[in-house]
Amino acid sequence: MSLRLELIGIGKQYPAVKANDDISLRVKAGEIHAVLGENGAGKSTLMKIIYGAVKPDEGQMRWNGQPVQVASPAAARALGISMVYQHFSLFDTLTVAQNVWLGLDKGLALPAVTARITQVAAGYGLDVQPERPVHTLSVGERQRVEIVRALLTEPKLLILDEPTSVLTPQAVDKLFTVLRRLAAEGTSILYISHKLDEIRALCHHCTVLRGGKVTGEVDPTQESNASLSRLMIGAEPPQLTHAARAAGPVVLQVQGLTLAPTDPFGVALDGVALEVRAGEIVGMAGVSGNGQQELLAALSGEDPRAPAGSIRLFGQDIARQSPRRRRREGLHFVPEERLGRGAVPTMSLAENTLLTRTAGVGAFGWLRTRTVEALAARVIARFQVKAGGAGAAARSLSGGNLQKFIVGREIDAAPRLLIVAQPTWGVDVGAAALIRGELLALRDAGCAILVISEELDELFEISDRLLVIAKGRVSPALPVAEATVERIGTWMSGLWPGAAATEGGTHAAA
Amino acid sequence: MLRLEPRAAPSQAMTVASPLIALALTALVAVVIFAGLGTDPLAGLQVIFIEPLSTRRQISEVLLKATPLIVIALGLAVCYRANVWNIGAEGQFLLGCLGGGAVALWLTTQGIVLPKAVGVPLVLLGGMLGGMLWAALVALLRDRFNANEILVSLMLVYVAQQVANALVFGPWKDPQGFNMPQSALFHSSLLLPPLLERTRLHVGFLLALVLAVVATLFLFRSFRGFQLQVGGLAPAAARYAGFSARASLWTALLVSGGLAGLAGAMEVAGPIRQVTPYLSTGLGFTAIIVCFVGRLHPLGIVGAGVLLSLMLIGGELAQSRLGLPNAMASVLQGLLLLILLACDTFIHQRLRLTRSRARPA
Repeated sequence: MSLRLELIGIGKQYPAVKANDDISLRVKAGEIHAVLGENGAGKSTLMKIIYGAVKPDEGQMRWNGQPVQVASPAAARALGISMVYQHFSLFDTLTVAQNVWLGLDKGLALPAVTARITQVAAGYGLDVQPERPVHTLSVGERQRVEIVRALLTEPKLLILDEPTSVLTPQAVDKLFTVLRRLAAEGTSILYISHKLDEIRALCHHCTVLRGGKVTGEVDPTQESNASLSRLMIGAEPPQLTHAARAAGPVVLQVQGLTLAPTDPFGVALDGVALEVRAGEIVGMAGVSGNGQQELLAALSGEDPRAPAGSIRLFGQDIARQSPRRRRREGLHFVPEERLGRGAVPTMSLAENTLLTRTAGVGAFGWLRTRTVEALAARVIARFQVKAGGAGAAARSLSGGNLQKFIVGREIDAAPRLLIVAQPTWGVDVGAAALIRGELLALRDAGCAILVISEELDELFEISDRLLVIAKGRVSPALPVAEATVERIGTWMSGLWPGAAATEGGTHAAA
Repeated sequence: MLRLEPRAAPSQAMTVASPLIALALTALVAVVIFAGLGTDPLAGLQVIFIEPLSTRRQISEVLLKATPLIVIALGLAVCYRANVWNIGAEGQFLLGCLGGGAVALWLTTQGIVLPKAVGVPLVLLGGMLGGMLWAALVALLRDRFNANEILVSLMLVYVAQQVANALVFGPWKDPQGFNMPQSALFHSSLLLPPLLERTRLHVGFLLALVLAVVATLFLFRSFRGFQLQVGGLAPAAARYAGFSARASLWTALLVSGGLAGLAGAMEVAGPIRQVTPYLSTGLGFTAIIVCFVGRLHPLGIVGAGVLLSLMLIGGELAQSRLGLPNAMASVLQGLLLLILLACDTFIHQRLRLTRSRARPA
């Protein structure tokens, strides 16, 4: 096979760090090529260089054997390079079709684009509704839009940045089928990930980056998770110990939580019932867009319309209380969106502690700057957040480090009930292990924890009991020992025992 | 080839330098305009930017005019930081004139003479309540009916002007005023004490400086101010934290309305001394420019208020001395804001000189 893309000695210096240092990469036609590395290893910079969004300081790029300089993403697209970013670049107020239309040649009419989206989406088994406004879509749904958008340009090289972080096992399998088919048709794929299993299952070749340098070029099918991990982080990830522990009294009790969505494309919650006890982690699986956002908003108090008595914390009705009131009762929440919801992007980490922590608010609402900064510094130190101190703006942190900070901010508050959405989305192996370890430690300390995640591996690793959310309804809980990936996967389509029976009767849970 | 590139982090230096560069460019454009109008450009600049600072009396006039600009802009900064776009400060200012005027006229016509330390604060309070009332209408319409506050606050300016006219041409007309459409002069015990001998500058200027410090503390050292700004910067984060968006909306509008009203009361209880049909001179709109030139920061606003006041007075001087059209001051104001917004591009982006690549053969 000929070389589709070749990078020779690529280097990129940023003010503080050398993001790429003498990187060489060779991608053949029709090859699925993994780029493995932790957050901050230089993967994103390298991809942006290939995609023309960043200009390298040194080195050469060859496309089909010819030296090229890719001046802009438009030039990259003209060559046949398409990219699906980890952080999506979609306009919230526009519909899916309008978003896709924006990135295409001007010649096509919107109805034609809509038709092609439907056609491509159906062809690859991707569920996308072209007429929906993007702001109503969940993360997983947005990703499908990005992938469809990339596929519409019929790329010769498709770059995917952490594509599976929000997909179900079945959806991952579907995506892999799509990618294998694309590769068989001759499309080269650059697959950026830190998920070792996936790389070993999918990719033909793997280039490992650490600290901006290539630390290995291997055939992933011949490697073990441990050997890949050593190349990536220089060590094997720490093993978590999940000691059996008897659960304590009920902390969170949800019953008969039925709620119409605020947004016409939202999901209605339908008789949701669940319990979380002290000292246990309950994991909630589900494909994104099945009511997770709505349930989380009702539990956190961001949506205070839940029917009275449907949400109880230590037996006390909190269904209509504000988030601050719930927090005073010990309910802390880590949302899925870090920038803009879990943290204010332009504000410092110190200021961001004030969103959920009131230790620094003194008499007459006067802010005690030193207390606030000390709190932020403590979280930074305890959770090994890589940041330029308490004064660093939230948006200056990488996704993983900001997540460590936000999770740390809530854990540091010594919550009695912690609700976490997507705790390790887009977070590197080391940070993910740290976050999971902290969640387990918190559980061992007697806190009740509800984790909502679209990563099944993670839920199986840390949960005591598992349940599934589908179409706004929640399944009964299953001890993790009795759960299998296949069983939970089936439940994710809404098919759990008794699911049909609860359709008519409202008092199924006892 | 020149290219705009996003910066990794917003440039602090450019945040501060942008208004200064904008001022320099505005002066440059002014030179071109002067030349086009057949006026000596240097003389023009001298009259507009230097002459108003040449004598003690002139300086006092600049500070006098800066006072309402600063006070209004402080309130607008709180509002804009909360992402509430109140552009009707002019109307709230007018209601402040009327509120303060109502108190002053009632006391004057009733013949009640209070000590200055009681009378003046009462007049100022009346002004603040008037401004808050007008801003509360905006808040109510936005809160209850989801009306757009930009449109509503702007349109209420014209309503305020008609209310003022109705009062001055009607019930408030001075019986001894030869049927002139203006109120009686306020009793001297209700006027703001002078700050400098033999000038019109009054203690309101000191109050403006104090308010700038208070606004700084409110915005950057109080939890309430923090909540307002979170609501403005990231509404979802404010919802997540549990900060009330309604409370922010009302606080922002009542603070800015109250301060615009206070500025109005200080005008009628200061240099004007009565209610006339000519109270609306656009100070409430100029204050928007002050607010942005001052970077929405209270201390920056003090400087920007003095600068815009200087340009207003300089514009008037240019009209009388050099025969330049009286629109000159407005033109310069508009240019300053426009150029400033253009310069602000470079806070988040930078220009890079890139070699143009050879065209493919």
